[in-house]
Amino acid sequence: MATLTSPPESTSPAAAAAASPRTAKKRFLSDAATHVRDLGHRLFVRKALGGYYVNRDAQKARFRDWEHARDAASLAKWSAVNRLDELLPRFVANFEAGGGQVHWARDANEARDIILRLVREAKAKAIVKSKCMTSEEIHLNALLEGEGFGVVESDLGEFIQQLRGEPPYHFVFPCMHVRRDEISDLFKEHLGSEPTDSPEELTMIARRYMRQLYVDADVGITGANFLVAETGQISITENEGNARLTAALPRVHIALSGIEKVVANLDDLAVLLPMLATAGAGQPLTCYNTLYAGPRRDGEADGPEEMHLVLLDNSRTALLADPEQRDALHCIRCGACLNVCPIFKNVGGFTYGTTYQGPIGSVITPHLRGLADWNHLSGASSLCGACTDACPVRIDIHHHLLHNRRNAARTAPSRLEKLGHKVFVQVARRPWLFAGGGWLFRHTLGLAKRLRPPLLKQWLDTRDLPPPPGQSFRAAWKHRSR
Amino acid sequence: MPESVTEAQRNATARETILSRVREALQVAAPLPHLQTDLAGEMVGQPATAPAAGNGLPSLTVLPEAAARPWLPDGGETLEERLAILTANLEKLRASVERVADVEAAAAVVGELVRQRNWQRVAWHRHPQIDPVVAAGVIACGCEAPAVDDPGFEKRQLETCDAGITACESLVSQTGTILVSSATGGGRGLSILPPVHIVIAPVGAVVATLGDALHQVRQRYDGSLPSLLSFITGPSRTGDIERILVLGAHGPKELFVILVG
Repeated sequence: MATLTSPPESTSPAAAAAASPRTAKKRFLSDAATHVRDLGHRLFVRKALGGYYVNRDAQKARFRDWEHARDAASLAKWSAVNRLDELLPRFVANFEAGGGQVHWARDANEARDIILRLVREAKAKAIVKSKCMTSEEIHLNALLEGEGFGVVESDLGEFIQQLRGEPPYHFVFPCMHVRRDEISDLFKEHLGSEPTDSPEELTMIARRYMRQLYVDADVGITGANFLVAETGQISITENEGNARLTAALPRVHIALSGIEKVVANLDDLAVLLPMLATAGAGQPLTCYNTLYAGPRRDGEADGPEEMHLVLLDNSRTALLADPEQRDALHCIRCGACLNVCPIFKNVGGFTYGTTYQGPIGSVITPHLRGLADWNHLSGASSLCGACTDACPVRIDIHHHLLHNRRNAARTAPSRLEKLGHKVFVQVARRPWLFAGGGWLFRHTLGLAKRLRPPLLKQWLDTRDLPPPPGQSFRAAWKHRSR
Repeated sequence: MPESVTEAQRNATARETILSRVREALQVAAPLPHLQTDLAGEMVGQPATAPAAGNGLPSLTVLPEAAARPWLPDGGETLEERLAILTANLEKLRASVERVADVEAAAAVVGELVRQRNWQRVAWHRHPQIDPVVAAGVIACGCEAPAVDDPGFEKRQLETCDAGITACESLVSQTGTILVSSATGGGRGLSILPPVHIVIAPVGAVVATLGDALHQVRQRYDGSLPSLLSFITGPSRTGDIERILVLGAHGPKELFVILVG
């Protein structure tokens, strides 16, 4: 099996930001400025999303009442997350009864240690992996490759990103920013294939390359979309069949999931699965939605001998402890909020520097990785509410961005802002000072525009100041009322 | 084995830490989501304005699926309605669907495929609905036909098969979906590894919704579910390259559904 070696993680923008969170804001601002000016990139991303809007609307129209269905989905997740204390142990007991083994991980490092140990115990020579954002969160590939294991991402988009040495651009559409000619060059370089401009032929090149890997791999690693408490099954949603193959052929199946993915029962799943597909990809249902209840049973033709599930906290309980924003844990990772977000479409997925991009990423990243370093994401929003409207489980996304801003102002107020408010209070209390200040402002605005002092530079770089008014509002008011 | 004891202890400690964090976090109740209906009130048995405390939620009186059923896509009431919706949905998904009168006719359809495409090897699993189809439609055409439940069957063989034939648990008209399981689908690999998947099912297996299909398997297996239940909705597909749809990403490129009866 060919070993795929990614370049060091630090070469990618997202990974570099992750490595030094203190610079996350600076990097965000500079990357955003670069991407916003890249008109070709923006047009390409918009074009790629064009088909999604059409398909999503067509599928939404098949629902007899989409808005009410959102209520049901929202409530299914609300009741599960708010009963996690009861449902999580119930899920685990049922999953273990089905022959699966559960491994609890308080944080990313513990999850990494567990998976590394399992892979070593399995004496893995080859590992095949299907798409799993939680594994991006704990930087699993870099760890396993660093320890000498060959890991191949089997989802086409993730495979392309792995060959490019980049993290996913979008947590559902990992390589939506990459042109077909770039993919053709990439496959030619790494797989020795003939150049082609046909997406179908490119897909078949990856298919042929992957076929034997599934049969040869000893360990398959997957994520999980839902954990069903009632039956102890894990549910995996996909389109390509790569997760099916990953959990069918290798001897050991390891699944990694956040603890918040629990739902109460199969009835809830019957609502959530079609909504995930419609909101996420504009499909009636994604091609494969599979429930796994453990390793191969007696009498079954095939399947893994062992099934392991790693349950990850990694600050999810911190978000759970905030009742105001607890509903952010309802997220089913459909990506609908990214697809409609004007910020995402303009700054692109890498600018966020986070595992989870877009509006929902801006809400949860400060909880997972610290408000002080990641609050700037909450400012990167027009508060238009398109994300909240798109969310199939009705997470109040854009208000949570405001909540994050408020919390940041409370915990670490800006000295400059505080001083500004103090000065304003003093000025506003004295009408003569207020009038004088207004006069000064009107007469220096033009100068400020020309000189661009450091304090205003960032603001002025992207905005045009209107010409200063000839008179104050108070003068204008007096004039009108006469 | 000191190391495994340490690992068991670590796991127990981690479990207790996480569960106590969860209990602690839920001490303060979260408000109900902003809904458009009184569904919340119906479900928790209280008006939507008075959320129950985190740990003392009353059990749900109305399940979301039951509540949501009239809002989700229609699956049809009568069997004929369900068949019409299923057929339309499967065709939109670019699967082929054919309704035949009996098993002999199903075998003829399969035999035609085998001859037309010159298939050399077709995998299947032993099942009352499949056995006669394979005997008359595959083996009679001189095509090799390994069954996955035969002793000595190697999963590697699946890689070399032209097609896989399976039964299924049910078909869901609402979404154009086939539910296979590791119990009646010949394990995990047969319905996903060969480039063509052929499903043989009686027309009576068509149910309206995903919820109905799940209810049915829950009753059928009563507490000991097969290790895999997979909802298959069309041939394998990807849109990862410029969001352009391509069929046959890793799973079957083609899906044939033959409804008998």
